[in-house]
This record gives sequence, structure tokens and C-alpha cells, in this order.
Amino acid sequence: MAKTVFKHPESLKEAVFHYCPGCGHSIAHRLVSEVIDEMGIRGITIGVPPAGCAVLAYNYFDVDMIEAPHGRGPAMASAIKRCLPDRVVFSYQGDGDLAAIGIAESFHAANRGENITVIFINNAVYGMTGGQMAPTTMLNQRTTTSPTGRKKELDGYPVKVCEIFSQLRGATYVERCSVSSPAGVNKTKKAIKKAFQCQVDGLGFSLVEVLSPCPTNWKMTPIDSCKWIDEVMAKEFPPGVFKDEIAEMKKSAEAAPC
Amino acid sequence: MSGNNVIGEAAIRAGCRFYAGYPITPQNELTEYMAEHMRTVEGGVFLQSESEIAAINMIAGASATGVRVMTSSSSPGISLKQEGISSMAACELPGIIVNIMRGGPGLGNIRPSQGDYFQATRGGGHGDYRTIVIAPATGQELADLTMDAFDLADKYRMPVMILADGMMGQMMEPVIFKKPNPRQYPEKFMLRGAGTGKSKFIHGLILDPIDSEAHNWKLARKYQVIAENETLFEEHRVDDAELVIVAYGTSARIAKGAIKRLRSHGMKIGLFRPITLWPFPELKLRALSAKIKNFLVFEMSTGQMLEDVRLALQGYANIEFHGRPGGAVPTPSELANVVARVYNKKDL
Ligand SMILES: Cc1ncc(C[n+]2csc(CCOP(=O)(O)OP(=O)(O)O)c2C)c(N)n1
Ligand code: SF4
Ligand SMILES: [Mg+2]
Repeated sequence: MAKTVFKHPESLKEAVFHYCPGCGHSIAHRLVSEVIDEMGIRGITIGVPPAGCAVLAYNYFDVDMIEAPHGRGPAMASAIKRCLPDRVVFSYQGDGDLAAIGIAESFHAANRGENITVIFINNAVYGMTGGQMAPTTMLNQRTTTSPTGRKKELDGYPVKVCEIFSQLRGATYVERCSVSSPAGVNKTKKAIKKAFQCQVDGLGFSLVEVLSPCPTNWKMTPIDSCKWIDEVMAKEFPPGVFKDEIAEMKKSAEAAPC
Repeated sequence: MSGNNVIGEAAIRAGCRFYAGYPITPQNELTEYMAEHMRTVEGGVFLQSESEIAAINMIAGASATGVRVMTSSSSPGISLKQEGISSMAACELPGIIVNIMRGGPGLGNIRPSQGDYFQATRGGGHGDYRTIVIAPATGQELADLTMDAFDLADKYRMPVMILADGMMGQMMEPVIFKKPNPRQYPEKFMLRGAGTGKSKFIHGLILDPIDSEAHNWKLARKYQVIAENETLFEEHRVDDAELVIVAYGTSARIAKGAIKRLRSHGMKIGLFRPITLWPFPELKLRALSAKIKNFLVFEMSTGQMLEDVRLALQGYANIEFHGRPGGAVPTPSELANVVARVYNKKDL
């Protein structure tokens, strides 16, 4: 008997992605859609896409979406969730969006313990605007605005979002993953599912960072891009769980009188 | 009640259920009022945001869910909100933005001022858009017009600005709150999860220039309808007037004091007070110029509304100007002296 082992997620429209070949956004979109399908939350999910290469995410995700100005996704998502506490609200952000222009909104949404999920695509550049230096650009990495490589003396250091956000008491679940290998993709999906479940259970702020290839701006082949993530990026941004207070939050939620 | 509190109470009575704001003088009483009262009404959300930028994006998000929303600030904070206001205009999201103006430019000072007229009436942010701008002049108007602002924002699905200043925010006047109209806002514009239906998306990004142009013209047609139907103004003692002061908000109150004095000296002075600054009641003002040939624009700025008065009068009348920018507040007698000089100089 034939068994379906692979199908198009229902939460993903049939539209053709505009993303470059080998781009991590495509994978992340698929994973988020699969998780939404598997959790059966398509009808109650509201997504907030960023300004960045994922700005057209609303053409792909088949859930209600509202565009945020560059960096402001978590402010919007916070408000949406506060108004509709029984909906599942996620913001989807790049590294420029989250760690540069929108650091305040992201930081404070986490610190308030907003019961939302942030999918954070770290591709070490500003993809959409043509590969400029991002807050997560590696030291010595060449970009169009660090043509001789990022210099720590002049440009500062790569911003480690998971390390910083896991320090915030408002954050419940913070994990960094990578979509540079099949194993990494599976792990990423698990993390995304855990993050959404954390929200559905009302346990607070969750963030999944995804080390994600941008072959176009890295000027590498997709395969070399994945290698670069594993060999270079993952050294600066080690994958792993940075915070998981889901069990504690569950306990204290159960202990609290209704 | 202080003007700031009146706005807060009127908003809650009008069904506002989401407020976000960041502290700035002279509007803190409004944020504090919302902090105290918003969380005690059913479904009410109060958020002290990390910045004015966050606040405007919060109300945009909340508005998209179909809730009545408001944010407030004073001049520097309103500057920070402009990207968000532009975005709300593009996405056709209703919401109320209160600007309790203070002295500028830059940090300026915390004294009452009217220096943000250009910013308010010209859109303020980037792109081809407008916001309805309402300038109350009394506590009672703060109550009534705040409520009306919510109806207008819903009707036209756009941000509406209440433009007042530190004087109006702080002054205490008794007010009566009217009964709010039942809300009429179609569910189809609300983003509440797709359920089993088709998903929706709200966006201002329109990459195709032809589609984007069409969207701009659609907005422009909406603004045209507003310009034709929603102007508000007051005429005060203009029937026999030989000189008419044009002023709004606090300036108009000062002008009324000056007019009382001038009238007692036999000078025939009237007042034309725009209540909506955009749309500016230009046809009404132009109609006045059929019999009145002398106008004096009075603002707490270096002359901003002055440009709209010139556009309205189109050279059919003389226009003088008196302004006190940067947080300076003139007294009625100062204005009366200025007006008297103009009145007596003119060959009326
Ligand atoms: C206020 C504002 N400033 C700048 C931009 C231009 N802009 C669009 S996306 C972007 C950076 C995107 O980089 P990132 O967030 O890392 O997303 P990626 O494209 O890499 O996924 C910039 C600077 C903008 N849209 N709005
Ligand atoms: S530029 Fe980079 S991030 Fe953007 S679509 Fe192409 S590969 Fe993806
Ligand atoms: Mg990026």
C-alpha cells in the first residue's frame, strides 16, 4: 500500500518562492508550515513577516499575516497576541531586522515575556539590500560594506542573539539551530515545534535562531554555504538550547490558582 | 479633569481597548490615565512600550485585529512615530494618535507650542498620504472630538491625529461625556486567524509600480471624499467683522480673549477657527473673504497654518501674521495690542 512520506504543507501556498536557490528562508518557511500543519493551528495562527528577503512571506504562508516595518515585528506581534490571547502569533525576522534596527522591540518583547514565537533567520548579512554587513556578520567576513572584512576595532563584534536573549527572565525557550544539513533541518523543525507548543501552552516567549545560508551574498555555491555554516559560522554561533524553562513554567502554571 | 485625562476617558468610553505609549512631558497624565483605567475595562490592554516607535507599531498590530486603538506622545515622540503612521495609512489601519505639542525643534522644551502643524497636516511620514488632523480648543471638545476621531478612523480606515498642546493637556475644565455611537467596522478588515477560510494579509509593500500607483490613487480618492465632507470649523463674531483672526487650539482661545477686549473698544474683530486642520476648511475661509478683506493669522509657531490660509484666500484679502514659536505663550492683551495696531493701520 502506498504511504505518503512527503507532501506540500497545507499552510504553504502553491506559489513559487522568489528566494535564491540554496536559500535558507525556503527551508525555514517549509518547516514552519509543516509545524503549523502538524499542530493543526493554521486557522488560529497570525504571522508577522519582516522587511528583509522574507518580506513577501505572506505570499507563501497560508495563514493570516500582517507586514511590519523593518524591525518592528515583535511590537506588532506583542499587541496582536495581547488582543487575541488564544491565537498563535509569530514574527519572522532576519538578523538586521532583529539584532540591529529592531533590537529594542525584540529585546523588550522577550523581556516582557510576551507569549509569542520569534523565528530568527541568521544569515550573517543583509540579504535583501544586497549583502551589507549585519550585526551577525563574522569577524573578517567580507560584505559590500565591509569590503576588506569586518574589523572588530571599527565594526564591533558579531551579536549573539541566543546568548543575550537567554539572559532575559521573560524568555522561556531559546534555541539555535542550523539548516546546513539534513540532521540540522530535522533539529530545526523540532525546535520550531517546541517553540510553538510553548506558546500554545501559554508558557511565554520562545525564539528559534536558524543559521541559514545566503549563497547569493556569500558568493558561494549552496553546498559551500552549508560547509561555511558548519565550519565557520557555527564556531561563533554554536547551535544548542540556550534556555528551556518550559518544564518550570508548566509547573508554576499548574501551581497557580486560576 | 485635565485635558490629558479627558482624552483618555473619552477614548475608553468610545471603546478604545488598546493603548500603548512612552513617557514624555507634557502628555504623561494621559499615559498614566490609561495605565490606571485601561486594564480595569474588559478586554482593555495597556502597554508601556520601549519607545514611541514600538508604541505606534503596537497599535497598528492591535488595530489589525479589529480593536479600537490609541497612542499618545508629544512632539519628539511623534517624530519617531512617523514611519508607523505612514505604514498605517498604507495598510489602511484605523487608530488615534494624540500629539500634545511642546516647543521644538529638537528637544526644544516642555512648554505648549504649535510647531508641529506642518508635520501633522502634510502627512509627516514618507509617501503620498494624509491623516485627518483634529484640533480641539476646549475640554468639552477634547471629549467630543476624541470620540468622533474613533468613528472617523473606522469610517475611512486611517490614522487620525488629535493635535493639541501642553496648555490644553494640562488645563482643568468640567466636561460632559456624550454617548458614543455604536461601532461600525466590518469584520472583513480584521485579522483574527483564517479559521477554515482563506487567509488574509495586510501589507503596504506593493512591488509592481502600476499596482502601487493604483493603491496611491485609491487613497487619494478617499482623501478627496474626506476633504469634501469632513471639515470642521467655528466662526466667532464674524458677521460684522472688519478683521478676522485665524487661529486654532490654544491660540484660538487666546484670540477669543483678545477679541473680547478689542470689541469693548469698538473694534470689529472676529475669529475663524479651523477645527480640522486637515482637511483644512479652505472653502469656508475663502467664502468669508467675499466681505472681509483683512485677516490675521495667529499661531504659536513661526507661521505654518499661515500657508494654508494663503492657499485658501488666494490673494483675495490681506493677511497679517503674529507668531510666538518655541514654547512662548502670548497673553490675550499682547495679541489684542498686535491686532489693534493692524486694525487701526489698515484703511478699513
Ligand atoms: C526603516 C528601514 N530601513 C531600511 C530598510 C531597508 N532594508 C530592507 S530589508 C533590510 C535588511 C534585511 O536584512 P536582514 O534583516 O538580515 O534580512 P535578510 O534579508 O538577510 O533575510 C534593510 C536594511 C527598510 N526597509 N526600512
Ligand atoms: S539574497 Fe540571500 S537571503 Fe535573500 S533570497 Fe537570496 S539567498 Fe536568500
Ligand atoms: Mg540577514
